[in-house]
Amino acid sequence: METILAQLLNGLDKGGAYALIALGLTLVFGTLGVVNFAHGALFMLGAFCAVAFRQFITYETVTLDPTKLSPWGAPLEIKTPMAQIWFGDFGAVLINWSVPISILLAIPVMLVIGIVMERGLIKHFYKRAHMDQILVTFGLAIVLQEVVKAIFGANPISQPMPVELRGSADIGAMLGLTPGMVTYPIWRLIYFLFSASIIGAVFAFLRLTTFGMVVRAGMADRETVGILGINIDRRFTIMFGLAAVVAGLAGVMYTPLVPPNYHLGMDFLVLSFVVVVVGGMGSLPGAVAAGFLLGILQSFASMTEIKAIIPGIDQIIIYLVAVVILLVRPRGLLGRRGVMET
Amino acid sequence: MNIFYLPRRDAITLAVFALVVLTMPVWLVPFGAAYPGLMQKFAIFAIFAVGYNVLFGLTGYLSFGHAAFLGVGSYTAVWTFKLMTMNVIPAMIFAVIVSGLFALAIGFVSLRRSGIYFSILTLAFAQMCYNLAYSVLTPITNGETALQLTMNDPRVLDLMFSERGAGLPSPSLLGQGMSGIEAFYVVAVVLLIAFYIAQKIFVSPFGMMLRAIKSNQTRMHYTGFNTRPYALTAFVISGMYAGLAGSLLAATDPLAGAERMQWTASGEVVLMTILGGVGTLIGPVIGAWLIKYFENIFSGFNDAMLHHTFSWLPQGAQDVVVAITSKFVGEGWQLSLGLIFVLVVVFLPGGVMEGIRRFSSLFRNRREPGPTGALKTSPAE
Repeated sequence: METILAQLLNGLDKGGAYALIALGLTLVFGTLGVVNFAHGALFMLGAFCAVAFRQFITYETVTLDPTKLSPWGAPLEIKTPMAQIWFGDFGAVLINWSVPISILLAIPVMLVIGIVMERGLIKHFYKRAHMDQILVTFGLAIVLQEVVKAIFGANPISQPMPVELRGSADIGAMLGLTPGMVTYPIWRLIYFLFSASIIGAVFAFLRLTTFGMVVRAGMADRETVGILGINIDRRFTIMFGLAAVVAGLAGVMYTPLVPPNYHLGMDFLVLSFVVVVVGGMGSLPGAVAAGFLLGILQSFASMTEIKAIIPGIDQIIIYLVAVVILLVRPRGLLGRRGVMET
Repeated sequence: MNIFYLPRRDAITLAVFALVVLTMPVWLVPFGAAYPGLMQKFAIFAIFAVGYNVLFGLTGYLSFGHAAFLGVGSYTAVWTFKLMTMNVIPAMIFAVIVSGLFALAIGFVSLRRSGIYFSILTLAFAQMCYNLAYSVLTPITNGETALQLTMNDPRVLDLMFSERGAGLPSPSLLGQGMSGIEAFYVVAVVLLIAFYIAQKIFVSPFGMMLRAIKSNQTRMHYTGFNTRPYALTAFVISGMYAGLAGSLLAATDPLAGAERMQWTASGEVVLMTILGGVGTLIGPVIGAWLIKYFENIFSGFNDAMLHHTFSWLPQGAQDVVVAITSKFVGEGWQLSLGLIFVLVVVFLPGGVMEGIRRFSSLFRNRREPGPTGALKTSPAE
């Protein structure tokens, strides 16, 4: 029981990341009909928003203190991060909480990046074959990650989480099981809750607002909505921006778990595509369900007991599931009839 | 008409191509690329791309997992060196057979779907091969250290005829060592044979069938053709080409690592084909050469060389120009690759070959429109 619960929890945070990326991919595919291979790069760009923010506020100014001497006799160097010069003690708080705070930076930045990407490049590919879309976004992904590599270097840059949120929560004790059996790092719990609330927000946005209603109508029948005098293209562009924001936020919050480097996006992209296909192309609930499902399956497959029976299963489980699903259930778990079914 | 017959046009192409390939050590000198290691790569990756084009160019099935076959070919070749003989011919034969069998199995499953699903399926299989090669299959693949020759390999056939010599043996062809310029000529001859076979496929009724699959598979179904065996044959053939290329990589450098199977390697062959021109014979070869050239020459540039190149500019301007261009060469050569790739897909979907055709049609009679647009890629739906 405890092991099962522990593995279930272990799958949740990774599943959350998969679900968020897959959600964005599906939004873009459902609205604009574009297969976006650069979506992983957006996840990576989000992560680097956090990196950039932290590097900015911790930019150190060196002042010399002539009254004190360092052990080897030179005047003591005092390094003060920029945020502390500007805001004093509040600056220290800012640095401590840099990852959650950079969400505020990431939202506008990702929205702009998304809209520029759609208007600048992807717009020209609506009429062209899916293959061309795959190829051009694949090229774009290479460009984006190389730009990031040129700016931030090739090494992973670790992002500390806030001091208060380090350590683990004893989930087992909360649920009345033996204390100490099922513990879970707090940040990963937060990541899961964060991704769940983002997913909830996206669904609420689509279900409960007029804007969302129009977008859903456009997904169902773009032409008719256009004939009714609604500028559906502009709304779809905004949806692309929104998908970029979702991917970016997933990236920001993921930085304390895995130090981001420039090919983070590619690593996630391949898996996210598998997730989208398993969930059913164009189905938002399918993408979310498949994201969590595959995350949890992966964590179960990494158990030593399972690996003893089938060696190497943890490496291939996701792809294996994808192959089986694609062959047995061509439109994925929750895919609509007729959407890219062949 | 004998079985080696080629239409006149293709025969000329083959002759010109042979001339170009075999004189590479001469005409590559001004480009600074005439060293054997790079020319071997040119020829090997040209084989890979030509084979990939048999699948992608003719049938329109976009496979994102062809590097797996390259890797399988390399592993098979190295194992043949280890177990049997250092002669490269058995290694090539076994590599082609084994990668063909892999392609048969993977293609049989993947070809049940088409379009993007086919891409994802091939990607999934290639990633499985890659991950397994790194983890569980370490006894066969030697994991991260890469499979290599050792002093006490069995090498049954070699040791029947000769004593175990001192030092590591190296691959050979009929007693001729596989290194330097000799190895390039061996690989080049293999490339010419591979190219010739691809030409035969292009003009054969089978090739016609594959093109029909690309242009309208549904219609093929309605007329009563079962397209899957044809597509599967194309998949296996291109897998064999990839295996052959892999075995040649192992023959020129007896080492096989799993990173050859990673999906970025699969992406690279897609780039080569697109950049050169999908569905044309020469296009993928040009694409492969361009990308390998960029990879080796651009990535070799450093700031000092840039300063030398731009030394005719005034000092301030020179620094600015060097600062900007240095982002695109050396470590950042992939940035230029990505940019070129995006530009090609946006403006020149037919790749370099379409560019040449458009350019040459400028000089022809204006009233006679060139055959542009004939190569529009469309997915197999």
